[in-house]
Amino acid sequence: MIETVHLTKKYGSFTALNDLNLSISEGTVYGFVGQNGAGKSTTFQILATLMSPTYGTAYINGLDVTKEAAKVRRLIGYMPDFFGVYDQFKAVEYLHFYGASYGLSTLEREEVIPQLLELVNLSHKRDSYVDLLSRGMKQRLCLARSLIHDPKVLILDEPASGLDPRARVEMREILKELKSMGKTIIISSHILPELSEMCDEIGVIDSGKLVATGSVTDIQMKLQQQKVIIVTVNADVERSVRFFEDDPDVINLQVLENRTIQFGYRGSDDLQQALLKKAVLADIPLLSFKPLEKNLEDVFMEITKGVEEG
Amino acid sequence: MKSILLNPVLNKEIRLRFRSTKSYIGIAAYLLILGIISLGYIGITLNFDNMGTFRPEQSKEMFLLISMLQLILVIFITPGLTGGVISSERERQTLPILLTTAQSSSSIILSKLFSSLAFLLLMVFVSAPIYMIIFLYGGISPETVFASFGLYLFTMLIIGSIGVLASTLIRKTIIAMVTTYSIAFFMTGGIAVITVMLASFSYDFQTQGQDYIWPYLFASINIPVMFFSLFEQSVINELKQWSGFSFSPWIIFFSVYGTVIVVSLGIAIRKLRPKMRTKAYPKA
Repeated sequence: MIETVHLTKKYGSFTALNDLNLSISEGTVYGFVGQNGAGKSTTFQILATLMSPTYGTAYINGLDVTKEAAKVRRLIGYMPDFFGVYDQFKAVEYLHFYGASYGLSTLEREEVIPQLLELVNLSHKRDSYVDLLSRGMKQRLCLARSLIHDPKVLILDEPASGLDPRARVEMREILKELKSMGKTIIISSHILPELSEMCDEIGVIDSGKLVATGSVTDIQMKLQQQKVIIVTVNADVERSVRFFEDDPDVINLQVLENRTIQFGYRGSDDLQQALLKKAVLADIPLLSFKPLEKNLEDVFMEITKGVEEG
Repeated sequence: MKSILLNPVLNKEIRLRFRSTKSYIGIAAYLLILGIISLGYIGITLNFDNMGTFRPEQSKEMFLLISMLQLILVIFITPGLTGGVISSERERQTLPILLTTAQSSSSIILSKLFSSLAFLLLMVFVSAPIYMIIFLYGGISPETVFASFGLYLFTMLIIGSIGVLASTLIRKTIIAMVTTYSIAFFMTGGIAVITVMLASFSYDFQTQGQDYIWPYLFASINIPVMFFSLFEQSVINELKQWSGFSFSPWIIFFSVYGTVIVVSLGIAIRKLRPKMRTKAYPKA
């Protein structure tokens, strides 16, 4: 449904997007995660036909965004990261305007607008001026606006940014509802855990380059191939350090505060078990021996750090 | 044409513009000022006339005064109404969303232009009853009144098209408006000054029996001069004589400004959306 081929955007000597190759199949919810300035919004603007790429192209439902932009616009619903609203419009007029802009007849609009307001929990605000809505309500109204022409693809650039926790949960619920409706959604965020619950696949972008892509589990697995183990001993820190350093799979050993030792471990789970058994037999005064649990934030930080350093 | 007139962008613009109470206060204030000037002019004239009459020549002078005021209004207000139509959408961050709808660039640009001019048109046309006072005293034909309204409309289109172009090309509304005002003032005052300067050299050409085309050409593209020539043709006729040209100054006027309108709107339409093109990815 969405495909990018060598997608590159340059501003003079600065490369905002570097050879991005993505393939997102129909009905997938794809999370696009990266720090601010990583290239997420640039990608989305190209997909939304608001910016032309320097090299490569993108396809939506087989249509080339650089050659068939007008047709692509009818297929997509786009919600930018920062957007304004026409303050003097009422919520219902706002949706009518965009519905008409997509060529929907008055009858069609009158049928679809109440459904959309219901979907985004704004039925009670249909006659309120947009200006008087809260930030979260405006975000939801904008989401309803992006759905007015029943697009196959939704391009949502940080839809939950700037929302309070309650509004974030509400937004997440709406997106789950859209997922169940079979929409293909590409959604960006700089907060990875926010995406993990609702996305089928995730792509991590850093400095304009896609550094990891796959399911949330895949990405976690990818990083956990190199575990970090934290050992706490009751005494004999120096002897314990010598013991662990002797193991060929132990790397980057560091002594932390409070008799704690941290090291990377390249071995399998069986070898890890054997190392623990050996430590007990060697009378290392172990208080604890545990692999560091990595959450998605850690995964993201490690992946992006790798690129920066590279 | 139907698609433009029933266009959602036009509909939205008109609805938002006319929903504001400021619009109605502005129109009411304008009519009040125009009414005071017209009735005040008649009152003062009657007061100073020995016979206590308001003659057709005085009626014509009053018409000229009101018409020039209307023209000044058009020249001053059109840049303000059109110079921000696109840039203000950009500043309010509503433009990207509008550009991803199915609306074509031409429909957005033309709707924006027409909706801005609709307000000014209303302002000019609601003043018609004040104009009708002139018919009570004579001195001006209905054709001249229609011609002057036609010229207001064309002037709005000229300055409005330039305003929309500036607003499309320039990101900041304030800079777009200043640019439009500068061009509008050059087209009115600037070209008038150039015409006067060029006319001052006419004596040399006349004494040598040569045709002198430039003052006539510049006068023909000067909006106030052409507007004035609707009522008094002696000045333009004299310049025409010097030039040795036989065709009407209106042909030059409409050709030049017709081109300005078409080119301005054409560029604005082309530049509204980015040109979507790409190059093949370079092989390593």
